[in-house]
Amino acid sequence: MATDGVLVMGAVAYDPKVVTIWEGFKDWFAGKGLGFDYVLYSNYDALVEALVAGQLDVAWNSPLAWVRAERLSRSGGGAVRAVAMRDTDCDLTSVVVVRSDGPVTQVEDLRGRRVGVGAVDSPQATLIPLSHLRSMGLAAGVDFDVVGHEIGVGKHGDHVGGEREAARALLDGRVDAACMIDGNHLLFSHEGTLAPGSTRILTQTPTYDHCNFTVGASAPGPLVERFTGLLLSMSYDDPEVRPLLDLEGLKAWRPGRTSGYGALALAVEEQGVYDDAGGLVRLP
Amino acid sequence: MTTPGRGGAAPAPAVLDLEDLGLDRGGHLLVERALAGLAPGERLAVSGRAPELAVHLRAWCRNQGHTLVDHPAPGSISGDEPGPPPAAAVTNGDRVEAWIVRGTAADDRWRGAQRTGAADPVRPGAVAETAASTWGVAARGALVEAGSPAFPFPLDHRSMVWTDDAPRYYRQAAAAQWDPATAVPWETPVDLPAEVEAAVIQVMTYLVENEQAALAVPARFLGRVHPHFREVVQVLAVQIADEARHVEVFTRRATLKGAELGRSSAGGQASLLTLLEEPDFALAHFLLSVLGEGTFLALLSFIERHAPDPVTAAVARLALADEARHVAFGMAHLGAVVTSDPGQRARLAAAIHRRHDALASTVGLNADVVDALVVLAAGSFTPRAVAEGFTRVQALEAEMADGRRRRLTRLGFSPGEAGALSALHTRNFM
Repeated sequence: MATDGVLVMGAVAYDPKVVTIWEGFKDWFAGKGLGFDYVLYSNYDALVEALVAGQLDVAWNSPLAWVRAERLSRSGGGAVRAVAMRDTDCDLTSVVVVRSDGPVTQVEDLRGRRVGVGAVDSPQATLIPLSHLRSMGLAAGVDFDVVGHEIGVGKHGDHVGGEREAARALLDGRVDAACMIDGNHLLFSHEGTLAPGSTRILTQTPTYDHCNFTVGASAPGPLVERFTGLLLSMSYDDPEVRPLLDLEGLKAWRPGRTSGYGALALAVEEQGVYDDAGGLVRLP
Repeated sequence: MTTPGRGGAAPAPAVLDLEDLGLDRGGHLLVERALAGLAPGERLAVSGRAPELAVHLRAWCRNQGHTLVDHPAPGSISGDEPGPPPAAAVTNGDRVEAWIVRGTAADDRWRGAQRTGAADPVRPGAVAETAASTWGVAARGALVEAGSPAFPFPLDHRSMVWTDDAPRYYRQAAAAQWDPATAVPWETPVDLPAEVEAAVIQVMTYLVENEQAALAVPARFLGRVHPHFREVVQVLAVQIADEARHVEVFTRRATLKGAELGRSSAGGQASLLTLLEEPDFALAHFLLSVLGEGTFLALLSFIERHAPDPVTAAVARLALADEARHVAFGMAHLGAVVTSDPGQRARLAAAIHRRHDALASTVGLNADVVDALVVLAAGSFTPRAVAEGFTRVQALEAEMADGRRRRLTRLGFSPGEAGALSALHTRNFM
């Protein structure tokens, strides 16, 4: 895709601030001599398809988008790579939360009850927690009912609204448990969505990783190397860089790793999200 | 939190017991406080009984750039080296125990931050020669993060705005505020002859337009003075509030009997426009406060002395006290200006000449006002009373000129220069 030495990145516009973020990065890269431009998509499936089709050099991928990109690319004989990720993307967990004063005290108690999740394509608030419950002996839709909160479908849970709605549904008694990322349980407590002490964490998933910069098979090596090197050089003590890192929610970029997507890949298999070749099976 | 002694080979880690306080109830404050005493890379052992502590510590550390590391074994939180077990936080009975390795983000954020002088203006170095645009609206003396946005405060040099007397004038101004509703005896009966009431109304109409100019001039500069020079901003802010009250009480006196307001002449407004058009802060302050408001001291004093009713006397007296403070502050500011750079006197003189030239083709005076002052001072329309009033107004004009000469002399002008410059002052008084 790169033309005239410009690296083209795709990202999903899950919030208006996305424009501010990538305009800032574009200016900063330009100051460092890297030609960089970005294209925004309304959903991750379109982003991934553009990456694999060679219309983009790099995609700022959700973990689910990474899983699909990897499958699509492999089935076409190519290979995508994860080159960088945020420090805050490493070793996340999700939690299943219940009301402190409710009847559910152990995972088995969820049998026959309603579990609130986020958007249907949210790794952290739907796919991974449901897989975790399955590993503990409870199958979604069989042993308990799943109540989705479809805010920002196509954006893979980047929009926190689905998780927040699940939390509210828990407090309102519309569901008996709610799934969310660990940090959002703390956030919802601080912001008052969940009064401190009103909920209890029933179970916590093993750690998993979140977003990464995924490089397409046809991306020009030197530009990708320069891009990655510049990202890893960004320092939080640089007042020019710090606002960008704050907006994007990290303190430092880390080299990309793909060892943290196993739990999600398993969830994709169990819940029939994509086929082996990355074809859409269940999700819109 | 306890920090064991640093003697010996391996320093023992700091230990924090949160008891039953969770991070969802402010526990992060204790963790931050404990981490603040450590260097990046050093470890803090945290224990507590809050049920969600382990989950929240993990999320909080990730967000803050700290690392939650593996814990050695349940029950050994008191200072052992971290070891290989997989859980970053473990439960020992009902107690959660975790290790935090302090990250660098908090230090990184404040690297290159600047201490912006000191809050107390008397402390050495408290007030900078130049206030950086990136100090913005931060309190003087605050530590300002590098990368803060630049604010457009063009009056950012100490020599442009500062006087060491500003804190004192602000204190005086704040202490001298009065309530227009209660400070004036509005309920006192006022029943003047129609001509005298009309003269009072004309004088009040004139005062209102002058006070509105005196409000607009500092208001134009208020937002341009760098907030580092806090006391100057505060004095100007109170000065603006003073003028707002003056506008109120003069208007209320003018309409006390329900009559229409008086006349506003083109020449008088042209004179006031030249005040608003002066773009330089020091020059505008000079023309307004030293010359204009200085001249008004004599005028307000005159109105108070010869007021035909107690309400008129009261509004003039209250405004006079405020204006005296404005003049004193103006003198202090301009005194500092000419002391630091005597060459500034030539600019002050040039400003008077410019304003005089600009007004040369206008009447520069509302004749109705002078006539009204005569009637006000006369108190009636008998020939003897009018003659007396006329004499008093002539004396007033001489007193005004004398005041201007004295102030100009105090700013270092020779008596000859002061006299000549005083004579060029607008015939509109302000």
